[in-house]
Amino acid sequence: MKSLGSIRRSFAPWADPASKPFISFKNVTKKFGDFTAVDDLSLNIYTREFFALLGASGCGKSTLLRMLAGFEQPTSGEIILDGQNLAGIPPYRRPVNMMFQSYALFPHMTVESNIAFGLKQDGMAKPDIAERVAQMLKLVKLEKFAKRKPHQLSGGQRQRVALARSLAKRPKVLLLDEPLGALDKKLREETQFELMDLQQELGLTFVIVTHDQEEAMTMADRIAVMSHGNVIQVATPAEIYEAPNSRFVADFIGDVNIFDGTVAAAEEGRVRVETAGGVPIRMASPEKLSTGAKAAVAVRPEKIRVTRQAPAHAPLNAAEGEIWDIGYLGDMTVFHIRLKDGKVIKASSLNAMRAVEDPLGYDQQVWVSFSEDAGVVLKD
Amino acid sequence: MTKWSRFNIVSVVLGFGFLYLPIVLLVIFSFNESKLVTVWAGFSTRWYAQLWHNQALLDAAWVTIRVGLLSATCATVLGTLAALALVRYTRFRGRVLFSGMVYAPLVMPEVITGLSLLLLFVAIGFDRGFWTITLAHITFTMCFVAVVVQSRLLSFDQSIEEAALDLGATPVRTFFAITLPVISPAVFSGWVLAFTLSLDDLVISSFTTGPGATTLPMKIYSQVRLGVTPEINAICTILIGVVALGVLVASIVTKRREVQRERDERAAFAMVG
Repeated sequence: MKSLGSIRRSFAPWADPASKPFISFKNVTKKFGDFTAVDDLSLNIYTREFFALLGASGCGKSTLLRMLAGFEQPTSGEIILDGQNLAGIPPYRRPVNMMFQSYALFPHMTVESNIAFGLKQDGMAKPDIAERVAQMLKLVKLEKFAKRKPHQLSGGQRQRVALARSLAKRPKVLLLDEPLGALDKKLREETQFELMDLQQELGLTFVIVTHDQEEAMTMADRIAVMSHGNVIQVATPAEIYEAPNSRFVADFIGDVNIFDGTVAAAEEGRVRVETAGGVPIRMASPEKLSTGAKAAVAVRPEKIRVTRQAPAHAPLNAAEGEIWDIGYLGDMTVFHIRLKDGKVIKASSLNAMRAVEDPLGYDQQVWVSFSEDAGVVLKD
Repeated sequence: MTKWSRFNIVSVVLGFGFLYLPIVLLVIFSFNESKLVTVWAGFSTRWYAQLWHNQALLDAAWVTIRVGLLSATCATVLGTLAALALVRYTRFRGRVLFSGMVYAPLVMPEVITGLSLLLLFVAIGFDRGFWTITLAHITFTMCFVAVVVQSRLLSFDQSIEEAALDLGATPVRTFFAITLPVISPAVFSGWVLAFTLSLDDLVISSFTTGPGATTLPMKIYSQVRLGVTPEINAICTILIGVVALGVLVASIVTKRREVQRERDERAAFAMVG
């Protein structure tokens, strides 16, 4: 099997043991009274990386970001940025800047003064400030709006001002707290790509907090999937999607079909799993599992084929069922297929052609099948 | 709009009549030609002109204004700080007690406030006069300022302060560059409120005054005991005018900002949509 890292691009400092992390969380714990928001978490982020903290609300991702910005102090553990321990350093002396979820623009100042605010605090000379502000305005394409106040701008424009303001000081790290949450879908997608281009162009380290998995997948070099104050998996988007390390990650990212069962036989590089529903599965697995152990096989909907005839490898990795639901999404169609034991399998197929002769319809008897490297075996 | 029922009209008329009839009467009779207060003898502004020659009344007015300006300013500073502490530091020990104590003067009978202040000044041997009145007014108007500013702070987006810190502003700079300008309309209305309260206070002033410091309400009260003169009506009308103007300005300033902001926001969204 090809390395999943090569699917994206060759930027991978985390894979090189010689490279030093730029930001390091070392056994960081944060408690609010009885509530543990971040639980003994360790994490490395590398220079020029676009790093996403992904998780449901309350998983501790925002707290992690706020500790990096200096708004919260860790209860224990330490945070190292560029070789410097951040303990005790107030937010106004940290070389990081943050873009807030609410944008947090200063309502009584013009766009221009908002962007200049941080530069003024540094005591930069006036002509230099003016030059930098003009540069930032150009970067976010808001030259015409320099004299406006924030409430005279649309949501998308405000978001750009917030971005320009947080980038004006050229921070070592830009922190983004759900930066696109308030934008509508189309604008959000556009902005995602703009942010990626910007990050490449400026060569900065971006740490973004989001609950939107698509957003994280699109933008980030690596994603940390978080739950209950812990990091469950840190990997590239492709690895997270194709090789989740746990049921939680498989379930959290995208759609998935999970077959529970026990290991019937383990061979070199693959295992046989007897599932509860009676579908015998043979699946590639780099890890050697012991016979009789509980295991689950996760297969993504797009890797499931739906056919009228039984595939050649049936009954292995195949099951018969009837089409229960069809969801037409335009670019693809999602089928819900009900197996004999009542389990519903999700399968999706790309609508590569405008019209199909004799399409699959409701209540039709079909076979679902998948290949031996279509899924992942998860230990429970 | 719903139709005005007879019941509604009657209650509105009764309510407003109850509130404003005495004031209207006073204003009307301040323009009375006759020396007799209750007999109308034609329109005249002679009592207003005469005011300017009543040195005692003018002195009292001057004291009142000085006390008002000074006490309102001090009360605004203290009240704003108290409001900040109450809203921002939600986790300090004794917060409930502290907030209760800040509001106590709102419901405390003025006689008690006045008496306790008097006892304090006597106990520490403070010579009573202009300064004791000013201190007393700071004490009782501060909590009103705190209430006004606190309600504004509750709707204040704290992340803008964090953004300022994040961009390198120290906490002190953040306060003066960000927090204060944003809450300034509320601080201003607090000041106006404190000023008007100080302007028409009689009870607390009477308790804490000393020789040579007579405020306008005290002067009016003492003169009325000798009989109401049209002159008193005139000065009262002016006082009403000043207070009404103050309250009006304060409410317009805050209202206007809101309206302007809403309009701008709507315009911004219309532009996009």
